[in-house]
Amino acid sequence: MDTSILAFLAQDGLTTGAIYALVALALVLVFSVTRTILVCQGDFVTYSALTLATLQLGLVPGTVWLLMGCSIAACLLDCGCALKHRHWRQIPGLLVRYLSLPLVLCGVASYVDLATLPAALQIIMTLAIVTPLGPLLYRLVYQRVAETSVLLLLIISVAVHIALVGISLQMFGAEGVRTHALADTVLMLGDLPVGVQSLLVIASALVLIGLLYAFFGHTLYGKALRATALNRNGAQLVGIPTQLAGKSAFGLAAFIGAVSGVLIGPLTTLYYDSGFLISLKGFVAAIFGGLASYPLAAVSAFLVGVLESFANYGASAYKEVIVFTLVIPVLLWLSLKNPHIEEQH
Amino acid sequence: MTRRLLPLFLLLLAAGLAPQVLPAFHVTLLNYIGLYSLVALGLVLMTGIAGMTSFGQAAFVGIGAYATAVLTTQYGLSPWLGLLAGLTITLVIATTLGLLTLRLAGHYLPIGTLAWGLALFYLFGNLPGLGGFGGIQNLPDIRILGWDIRNDADFTLVIAVALVVSIWLLDNLLHSRQGRAIRTLKESAGMAEAMGINTARSRLQVFIIAAVLASLSGWLYAHLQRVVNPTPFSVVMGIEYLFMIVLGGVASLWGALLGAALLTLIKQVLQDVLPQVFGHSDNFEMIFFGVLVILVLQYARGGLLPVLRACLPAPRPQPLPTAKAPALPKRPVPPRGAPLLEAEGLVKRFGGLVANKDMSLKVNGGEITALIGPNGAGKSTLFNLLSGVLAPNDGKITFLGQRIDGLSPRAIARLGVSRTFQHVRLLPEMSVLENVALGAHSRGKAGLLRSMLHLERGEEAALLTEATRQIERVGLADYLHTPAGSLPLGQQRIVEIARALCSDPLLVLLDEPAAGLRYGEKQALAQLLEQLRREGLGVLLVEHDMEFVMALSDHIVVMEFGQRLASGTPLEIQENPAVLAAYLGGIE
Repeated sequence: MDTSILAFLAQDGLTTGAIYALVALALVLVFSVTRTILVCQGDFVTYSALTLATLQLGLVPGTVWLLMGCSIAACLLDCGCALKHRHWRQIPGLLVRYLSLPLVLCGVASYVDLATLPAALQIIMTLAIVTPLGPLLYRLVYQRVAETSVLLLLIISVAVHIALVGISLQMFGAEGVRTHALADTVLMLGDLPVGVQSLLVIASALVLIGLLYAFFGHTLYGKALRATALNRNGAQLVGIPTQLAGKSAFGLAAFIGAVSGVLIGPLTTLYYDSGFLISLKGFVAAIFGGLASYPLAAVSAFLVGVLESFANYGASAYKEVIVFTLVIPVLLWLSLKNPHIEEQH
Repeated sequence: MTRRLLPLFLLLLAAGLAPQVLPAFHVTLLNYIGLYSLVALGLVLMTGIAGMTSFGQAAFVGIGAYATAVLTTQYGLSPWLGLLAGLTITLVIATTLGLLTLRLAGHYLPIGTLAWGLALFYLFGNLPGLGGFGGIQNLPDIRILGWDIRNDADFTLVIAVALVVSIWLLDNLLHSRQGRAIRTLKESAGMAEAMGINTARSRLQVFIIAAVLASLSGWLYAHLQRVVNPTPFSVVMGIEYLFMIVLGGVASLWGALLGAALLTLIKQVLQDVLPQVFGHSDNFEMIFFGVLVILVLQYARGGLLPVLRACLPAPRPQPLPTAKAPALPKRPVPPRGAPLLEAEGLVKRFGGLVANKDMSLKVNGGEITALIGPNGAGKSTLFNLLSGVLAPNDGKITFLGQRIDGLSPRAIARLGVSRTFQHVRLLPEMSVLENVALGAHSRGKAGLLRSMLHLERGEEAALLTEATRQIERVGLADYLHTPAGSLPLGQQRIVEIARALCSDPLLVLLDEPAAGLRYGEKQALAQLLEQLRREGLGVLLVEHDMEFVMALSDHIVVMEFGQRLASGTPLEIQENPAVLAAYLGGIE
């Protein structure tokens, strides 16, 4: 293995690592606010990439209809609640809040020639379609079971993922796609070719990580979100609206997923079910950080990316085995470090 | 007895008759339901009852299938050797994985299972000699006593026998000493350790049982299909097994069967119906199952079996073993007044906070010692040091002359120290009898296999008789079969005392036993404690009810700010100026 291959593998690893870092970040974020392990984070990534690819083909992506369906379902649930408590006046507000965005998106999708839209608008539209799926998912699935155990939430997350993959196949079909590159220039750093797209991915990841770190560590709203995770009742008592916290966390996660999808779309071919492995590798990284630390999760995500890239070169058949086997010693170390198996409610 | 065995006979009978009356295709479906049920049974034990979620069971099915596939096709060996090899490999891998991952707390464990489930799946696809993703073909028939198990109808019977035997063994296990220990794992492992139960070993046993059942299912699957490839052993299938028990009922053995049947049948129906509606069916059932599981967990968290059961009449409680059970052996009681427990110079720091500072204490046999002090004085910390939940930073604790500081709660419990908890820790759905019998755990010896075969009925009868005796002694004889969680809090505390007494202790540590009791109940409790004192037991109690403490104790230790403020007889304490100042405020 000479240095140019080494450098190439490292660059490749860092780029995928950046995506894993974004996934890991979202996982840590959602876990630390709602105690939910968001198995479907990777699905947000594929939804976003596939939506963008569909838009670029000038077709209406199925996610628009999914968004519409979820919005109507959530709207009905909330209207049902409002009717039960005889809060008639809330209903028009609910209708506007839930239905305006999907209606606008449907309108745009039906009357505008999507393929000729500038790339930036296509990306914005993708983000606008995928991001609201997060809070909607929280409303439809998790809000009712928010108080249950981590384990039950995990099983529910897996069920959500399974459903989303099935829906993904219906919407996008089984074929893999790539989106157009955001930037296809290649810079030369000495002898080393560096793709601008890769740099863009890494830079975006780093910026998002920094922003989240600052948000959770240093703003009141971020701290309120963290408080919700530690003690829902306590948070409620000091006036934090916990449902809103859950929705915000899911919204942020979906947004991060959508951005990741836009970034990774031009670099790898994604299929309807690629989300699972992306999620899992993000997990591996998030777990390295104990599902609590953003910087540690980010660093280990880059490590996972590089490791995978080298394993792919050295022993490609075993690359998944290597990455996943690595989790166990880490988990073990974490458990030994915090040896409280006591009463997990 | 019949109530337990009758459904098993019916199941066997149905499996014998089904191939005669059902079309071949339905028989095939039945076989799959049976195979999935085997795996789901193990998962019910592991996830629903012991609280360890696994997404990786499909990998163990794969190990069972691949072991026999390789041995029979590539080495021409008998399928029975394949079974033996499969089970052995499963045992080794499950033990290794178990030792590695079962220590994982909470959600780390299921993620760990996901990780090794995936790793094993990719190994099946990539290890040389396993046929890659194409797999291994042409597995031979299983032969037993000249009978060729070849067609689906033969398999129905074999699978049914395997299933019935497994249910019988697991049901036996759950109604035994080991089964009670397993049922504590989900939510009360800390309490279980304090009762002398080795929870780590119980966890590993459960994990291995589940893996072995999965491996057995894999062996049958391989010979039924005659083809083995990695797909049915993927994590997706592992997730489906989990869905089965979530749908059927996580915490009940029959829920596993119901879930396996539901999932298989619904899938079949969907595959028949969907193409007619939509023109294509691919992965629609995934959406359906995803949504179904979410709805079940939102609206019927225990699965569908409990919903069905609610429509049936409640089962009668199991009759007590009526045979005269031999009394359990008892520890020799040291002479009255002899020192039992001595603590000297105990220090416990939590970061910068010193919860116990140079704390000393002595408890004698045949005496009641009370530990009192204002809230936050460090009484609970001291209790935790004495019972081994926390290790002191400094100082020493001896019990009957033996150093016990730094020992585990389990080791201390086994020496004859038993305790109750300030926040009651009972298993609310288990009966009072079973809860109290947990206390007697370390007085029994029956291991896993004897419990599964119910060869330990004599010992079990002795344990239950002892538990009954202790329940009668604390005055709760009317509530033997009542779920412990339905008693008022005060009585739950009394159940905890009965549980502590069931372990034949020399010293009982009682954490606020009188809290929540009414006047009459308090008097009964006082009488009970006096009786224990007469029997020569040592009692250390933390209590806030001064009237109760003063009337009962031989010796009182007062704590304040983590230190001993005073100690002496109740009279001395009542006149001690420092104590008065601490409780009533100083005279200024």
